[in-house]
Amino acid sequence: MEVPEQSRRDLVRRALRNGASDREVSHVLARTRRDFLREAAGVAVGSALLRPVWARAAAPRTKRKVVVVTFGGGARDQETFMQEGQENIPHLMRELIPRASFFTQVVNRGILGHYVATASLATGVYETFNNFAAVSPESPTVFEYFRKDLKRPSSDAWVVAPSNGFNRIGESSHRSYGSGLGARVILPKRLLSAATSGSSHNYQHLLRDNYETPYYAPELAGSEFELQQLEMLLKLSVDDFKSYAQTLTSPDELSVYIARQLMRQVAPSLLWITLHDIDVAHAGAYSLYIEGIRRTDRLCSELWQAIQEEPEYAGETTLFILPDFGRDSDEDAGGNGFQHHRTGDVLSRTTWMLASGPGIRENVVFDRAVDSRDLVPTLGAILGFHASLAQGKPVGEVL
Amino acid sequence: MLPSDLKSEMFAGYAVEARKIVTAHLPTLRQMPLSVLPGLLRELISFDFKFPAERKARERELDYLGSLSQAQLKECFHDFSEIRLSRQLEEFEWVKLPGQFVERLSAQLWSTHQLDAFRKASSDYADRLRAAVPPEPPPIPRLGISVIGQGVTSYGEPLFRKLRPHGAYFSGIKPENGLRQLLDAVAVRAKAHPLSYGHWYIDGGEAFACEPVLACVSYEGLAGARAALLRKMQEQIEQPGMGPEALRSFLAQLRPADLGMERQGADEVLHRFEVSVLTEGSGTQIFSTVFAQWAAREALRRAQPVTMLVRFAPRQRQKPMNELLSASAKAPAEVDVIGSLVDGDFAAYYNWLNQQRLVGAEQSSFLVWFEGHSQALAIGPTMARGTESRSAADLQQVLGWMS
Repeated sequence: MEVPEQSRRDLVRRALRNGASDREVSHVLARTRRDFLREAAGVAVGSALLRPVWARAAAPRTKRKVVVVTFGGGARDQETFMQEGQENIPHLMRELIPRASFFTQVVNRGILGHYVATASLATGVYETFNNFAAVSPESPTVFEYFRKDLKRPSSDAWVVAPSNGFNRIGESSHRSYGSGLGARVILPKRLLSAATSGSSHNYQHLLRDNYETPYYAPELAGSEFELQQLEMLLKLSVDDFKSYAQTLTSPDELSVYIARQLMRQVAPSLLWITLHDIDVAHAGAYSLYIEGIRRTDRLCSELWQAIQEEPEYAGETTLFILPDFGRDSDEDAGGNGFQHHRTGDVLSRTTWMLASGPGIRENVVFDRAVDSRDLVPTLGAILGFHASLAQGKPVGEVL
Repeated sequence: MLPSDLKSEMFAGYAVEARKIVTAHLPTLRQMPLSVLPGLLRELISFDFKFPAERKARERELDYLGSLSQAQLKECFHDFSEIRLSRQLEEFEWVKLPGQFVERLSAQLWSTHQLDAFRKASSDYADRLRAAVPPEPPPIPRLGISVIGQGVTSYGEPLFRKLRPHGAYFSGIKPENGLRQLLDAVAVRAKAHPLSYGHWYIDGGEAFACEPVLACVSYEGLAGARAALLRKMQEQIEQPGMGPEALRSFLAQLRPADLGMERQGADEVLHRFEVSVLTEGSGTQIFSTVFAQWAAREALRRAQPVTMLVRFAPRQRQKPMNELLSASAKAPAEVDVIGSLVDGDFAAYYNWLNQQRLVGAEQSSFLVWFEGHSQALAIGPTMARGTESRSAADLQQVLGWMS
């Protein structure tokens, strides 16, 4: 039965006002996403049935690749999957969801700060460090499991992130993993700042990209990618990099540009891209938040296209797209709606995940609850490593 | 230190009225858990500079708590008592710096996964308080007005999408003298029902001449304070070791005089409110649309006015990265009129939501108008929901139908 848009919104509001439990509200949210996707994109409703064992037998594990994209800074349903928001995500709706398994209820029960939440996604453990500190995650990251278990070189695991706070996300402080076993981290804005440091302009504003505290740029420390390596690894001259950057409108566009260079020149098996433009919502201007969502939607499509076009990736790559978390609801008087993610309400904790690639069922939606810590064990099952300290469980529907 | 150790001399640093109310209720405060008391002290420490509605609410809350027996108080705060706090928090100077304590408490609640328990305890407490001490209804039904889209010549997208299901959409508004009619209507209400901080006019640009019966706040009127604030923030950022928490603490301590706002005979309560909008609101220092929305939110939440006119003005354009990299980076900021209209349209929805959170919501009315154009939307008990009128009418007539 078709559920009208207003009724869907009312379902969520009613659940919130009637004092429904967090679990009940999450479930209502998941159902509204599922209903909307079923109508708008014509997707089928999945069940807990696992796909046949033979379906993944095609590619040997050594060739498999995974690209993880965090849907930059968190967006709410009403600006994305609700009918009123679909105009903001045309690429997800028309190009990606029909080719993907879509999970409507991914719950993040951790701290809703972007660095610590992304670190939690990457470790499969709810990390509890100070979101604004330049520290490594305490638990081993997916990159360390991948490299240690599969004996992969550092060139096979990369993180691309626009925010300077993310420079330590590639490697944990865990004594059994950590040093020398993590991913290479590339911060394109940092590179750009270094590339333009001799010019007459002051580019310090480039580094102040933490939208939640826009005037603060944390100290950098860690094994980040250096400017000198731009030409050697990415076959990109500093001048070309600078020139191209001047044609781009946002840090996330720069990140995707670098990610494409990485895919072409280095072709890592595990590539993690953190988009962040949407988080401009912290400045409180609704139009800028919407622009951020539309740009992120387009960039996700560009990354999908890149996967199809690059010979090393085409037919071998599983793509995961998921926000680290949502944003505050309009209904919670303690917040200011889309602007922040500070209340910890159900809407800010409940989000979604899209998985697409060889052997993954297409055009199917699952609305059972998935924990955001489930990502790392799932990647382990796909790539063939054991995330022994991660607390989540593999998502069987994509294995 | 725990609340049970409180002594009246510990509040010597509080202002006169704050000290008076705290010491008068000391026996009650001593019985409150540490997870909740500094949150209350954060409100009480600035009691002298609170709006009348806030003062009254706090007095009634404390009177209610004071009327409870020891066992009832214990039961009332039971869930807060279950929150586990670190020794560092117990040792923090929370009497002197309750705001900073709350910041630290918040971080600890997140990292120890106790935020949900705290949220539930807070929500249950608020429900209990509302039942025991129901908020007083406003003397007249509330009226909210939002004016959006200043400077936009034409716009083809639908407006008021979030509000349309709740009210009547007008597409034949005669825009001539529309703003004047609205300002006059607000002034008439304020004169007919004089209330301290009961009638507000917030302008995201330069305010029209402000009637003395209105509490007036404008983005342009605070240009000097905003510039001073941004300079101070920049200085702080450049200090070694400065982080977000330290910057927030610095901002929380700023007073009107620090931003050059001190004037003879000035309204200290309103000035403190303005400083709080600039120091606590994110984006209020740089985007006029955000300033207007946040100022309205805070005024509604704190002063609980019966009249609130908010006019949105064009905000500065956010420069894309390529412009920031080019020679035009230092060019004067342009304005983004369409982006500001989109901001204002959504902010008007928030203004309505925030008004509806106050007591008397079922009698309240709300009007949003696309400035200089023929579109408006009116919500209220006399306006049919989800309807549309193409008849020619001016805003004065629409306000008449709403009342």
